[in-house]
Amino acid sequence: MRSIILQTATRYLLPILLLFSIFLLLRGHYYPGGGFVGGLVASIAFVLHSFTNGTDATMKLLGRKPLSLIPIGLGISAFSVILPLFFGLPPMTGLWVQEKFPLIGLIGSSLFFDIGVYLVVIGVVLTILFTISLTDD
Amino acid sequence: MELLLIIVLGLLYAGGVYFILRRSMVKLLLGIMLLGSATNILIFVLGSIVKGSPPVIDADHDTFSGIYADPVPQALILTAIVISFALTAFAIVLLKRVYALVQTDDLDNLNTPEEEDI
Amino acid sequence: MLFTILSGLIVSLLLLPFGRMLKSKQRILLVVLPAALFLFYLQYIPAVSSGRFLLQSTPWIPSLATNLDFRLDGLSLLFALLITGIGTAIFFYARAYLKDHPYFNRFFGYLCLFMSAMLGIVLADNIFLLFVFWELTSISSFFLIGFNNNDPASRKSAITALTITGMGGFFLLAGLILLGNISGTYTISELIHSRNIIIHHPLYPLVLGLLCMGAFTKSAQFPFHFWLPGAMKAPTPVSAYLHSATMVKAGIYLLARFNPILGGTDLWSNTLMIAGGFTMLYAAFHSLLRTDLKSILAYSTISALGILTFLIGLGTREAVIAASVFILVHALYKATLFLVTGIIDHEAHTRDITRLAGLRKVLLPVAIAGLLAAISSAGVPLTFGFIGKDLIYEATLHAGASLSFILTALAIATNTGLVAAGFMAGIKPFSGKLPVEFEKIHLPSASLWLPPLILAVAGLIFGCIPGIAGQLFSLQAANAIFGSDTQLHLKLWHGFNLVLLLSLATLAAGTFLYYINKPSGKKQHFIQKFNPLSPEFALNRFANGIFGFSTWYTGKFHNGYLRSYHLKILLFAEMLLAYKLWLSGPIKIDFYGLAMLSIYEIAVVVILIGALVMMILTQSRLTAVVSMSIIGYCTCLMFVFYSAPDLAMTQFTIDTLTTVLFVLVLYKLPPFLNLATTWERYRDIAVSLGFGVILSLVALQVHHEAISTQTSEFYANNSYILAKGKNVVNVILVDFRGIDTMFETVVLSIAAIGVYSLLRLRLKTSEKE
Repeated sequence: MRSIILQTATRYLLPILLLFSIFLLLRGHYYPGGGFVGGLVASIAFVLHSFTNGTDATMKLLGRKPLSLIPIGLGISAFSVILPLFFGLPPMTGLWVQEKFPLIGLIGSSLFFDIGVYLVVIGVVLTILFTISLTDD
Repeated sequence: MELLLIIVLGLLYAGGVYFILRRSMVKLLLGIMLLGSATNILIFVLGSIVKGSPPVIDADHDTFSGIYADPVPQALILTAIVISFALTAFAIVLLKRVYALVQTDDLDNLNTPEEEDI
Repeated sequence: MLFTILSGLIVSLLLLPFGRMLKSKQRILLVVLPAALFLFYLQYIPAVSSGRFLLQSTPWIPSLATNLDFRLDGLSLLFALLITGIGTAIFFYARAYLKDHPYFNRFFGYLCLFMSAMLGIVLADNIFLLFVFWELTSISSFFLIGFNNNDPASRKSAITALTITGMGGFFLLAGLILLGNISGTYTISELIHSRNIIIHHPLYPLVLGLLCMGAFTKSAQFPFHFWLPGAMKAPTPVSAYLHSATMVKAGIYLLARFNPILGGTDLWSNTLMIAGGFTMLYAAFHSLLRTDLKSILAYSTISALGILTFLIGLGTREAVIAASVFILVHALYKATLFLVTGIIDHEAHTRDITRLAGLRKVLLPVAIAGLLAAISSAGVPLTFGFIGKDLIYEATLHAGASLSFILTALAIATNTGLVAAGFMAGIKPFSGKLPVEFEKIHLPSASLWLPPLILAVAGLIFGCIPGIAGQLFSLQAANAIFGSDTQLHLKLWHGFNLVLLLSLATLAAGTFLYYINKPSGKKQHFIQKFNPLSPEFALNRFANGIFGFSTWYTGKFHNGYLRSYHLKILLFAEMLLAYKLWLSGPIKIDFYGLAMLSIYEIAVVVILIGALVMMILTQSRLTAVVSMSIIGYCTCLMFVFYSAPDLAMTQFTIDTLTTVLFVLVLYKLPPFLNLATTWERYRDIAVSLGFGVILSLVALQVHHEAISTQTSEFYANNSYILAKGKNVVNVILVDFRGIDTMFETVVLSIAAIGVYSLLRLRLKTSEKE
């Protein structure tokens, strides 16, 4: 599926889609969006890239195996779950930085949780699709 | 509105059941997916359905002022959709392996597996 | 008393992992356990024989009225001494008998377990505790009977025994629970005080019937007797232990224990006397026709158990005395005879009575033991058996004017048979001319012949000093069975009277019968012709019926085709749901809602239905996948219409990815084949439409019922206040139900790892090839 048009389009679409996915992730707490959707959109961006440039090129772009994103994501989520324990609170208690940030709003532990979900979703989807497309029998 | 969704879910269930009664493995998988979406709609219907009022609180309010769609079924379905993707992916890969082994899509040919390479 | 039971269980547990470490010299240590327990219980004789008893209670499950209550009275002590005393002999004997057996440790493990269970039965004072041990004997005896587990016949007998005694256990449990509910106490020694309430309760016949079922199955009373001859497949020490002192006596113990509680009514007496009377005569007759030594002993045991049941049923003072003495008499001579048989089997490698003869020349001590046991079983004066027999006649003669004649005749007939059977087992193999084939037999080690000889001599000694033996062992046992003082006093010599006359007549008749009755294969063959009438045959028929039914059922419903399972499951689900819908009454359909539909919604639904139809009809795999994704996108649009933006986005992206996934994998596969017949197709269409309609109706029905919205309201109202988020769906996912989401991501990861390993790791192994 090497078409010039698609290749050119992908070159611009990939960063745009990735930006969009991060946008979805960050605004998830206030508007429709969130880690799941964000992660899925990001995966679609990479899948699109792999369609036009080949899976190997996408793997090179990622710089690491997508499988390795899973433990990182799970680790971030788990960290945000147990973080309140260090403040003597029950796990999963929401912790918030007091001041508002522009664009994002309040930053709290649940944002880290969502980031973890985001990474896991990307890792899972890309692992599945790339493993399939790289295996040929 | 509910009636429309209820008809849709009935049809999806019927289609899904029809597919899982077939002999083809791919049809079995498609049937399971249809049953999955039918169930999603069923859960959706069981909440209160409204048009144009998503369960998102207005920017300048702290709680809902008017009616809003039921958030609980939505949260459940969102999870279900993502999990069903993982299930589908796993099933597809299994199917791929089975097809590579027995060179057929017919479930009846799986009853006597080959001795080697299992 | 608790520790005496626990010690056996602990030794049993230790034997399984560590038993193999015991060298054959060290195995004598195993005998220490029953011997120590025997000595322990011996020290209670003075206290108990003067009428006192011992209580011990440890809380176990007080809320269920189940405590480790133990009570040692005369009856318990008699049984405990039999179990441990004969147990010592058996342990000593089995050590030599199974010297080189590879599963030596297992055997002793089971045996210790069994001994503890038996002790538990006779000591338990709580009816649930009694039941637990009762079942434990069934289970451990199952392992002992089936010990030669590579012999199919042995396995079959073990299963038969377990089936019968296990079934009896069910009845017993039901009976005990009823008994406890009627009287309000679960302690056996307290039940006696509620005797009047129990025997006048309308459920009394049921309780009695259930309890008798338990006792009769365990004690091999007709028609449940057939498991006992089958159980002869066990190694001989097991037969000796199970059928002389323990297992089968558990039923007798139960009847004896409950005699003061349930007994004394016509129903009780008649049930027990009819069952026992028939069994004793039937089995005595059968024992004469057998040629296998162990079979003869098995049937004579059943007959003896029948006598005991009969005596307890008779229930008079004399009968109870006779029963309490006969338990001891029978245990001593029957254990001896079994052990003697075991030695013969071990040395001559046959138990066929038509071939065995003259063995006294090579196995003299064994012959003495056999002779002593045989004359004790025959009731020759100066043996303990003579005392026992006298007491039985005394009991039947004093049974009451109308009955005494019949009952005495019955007892004489049975005893005549038993005399002959005892001679056949204890004398026949040793008398006559020694065949050439047996000339090379050597006397085995003393470990084998000493135990039967000691038991036989004990029978002789007790016979010579009946007064002391009765005082020590039987008096309090009889009192416990009778419920009040029986003034038991055994005497060697009663003077010339009717009882003595009857006793001598029986002996003469039995001896005569022994000489004229030549057991042969022909007779056994003749007996087998009546097999279709036997309860064993009926049980086999029943078992075969069940087997046939399950084969048919499996063939019908478990045919290996996934779709036929689906069909059956779905049809069943449809039937259940339809029935429930029918019960819940008419369904209201709100057509007004349809008026609010916009053209977009209708268009989306039309597209969705079109895609579904296309998906079903198409032969092309790709078309089916594309239709599937069209359905997905339509669902996505529905979510948009009905205020679920998060769902719409997720559905959209997932749908895209699923399509990619399908295309990646399936583009190579061939098109769909038309595999089903038209009839199957129509049937499946009917089933699936039915399912769809029913599910729609269920949805309608549910929709019209008020649903609690508490949860949703809580989340909606607190979303911003507690979790500082305004998108409630997202707040539920990452905050309120965060742990659930956490595990969901774990599930996703597992799926990804599954896919990865399924494809990648497979590839590596195939690369090696």
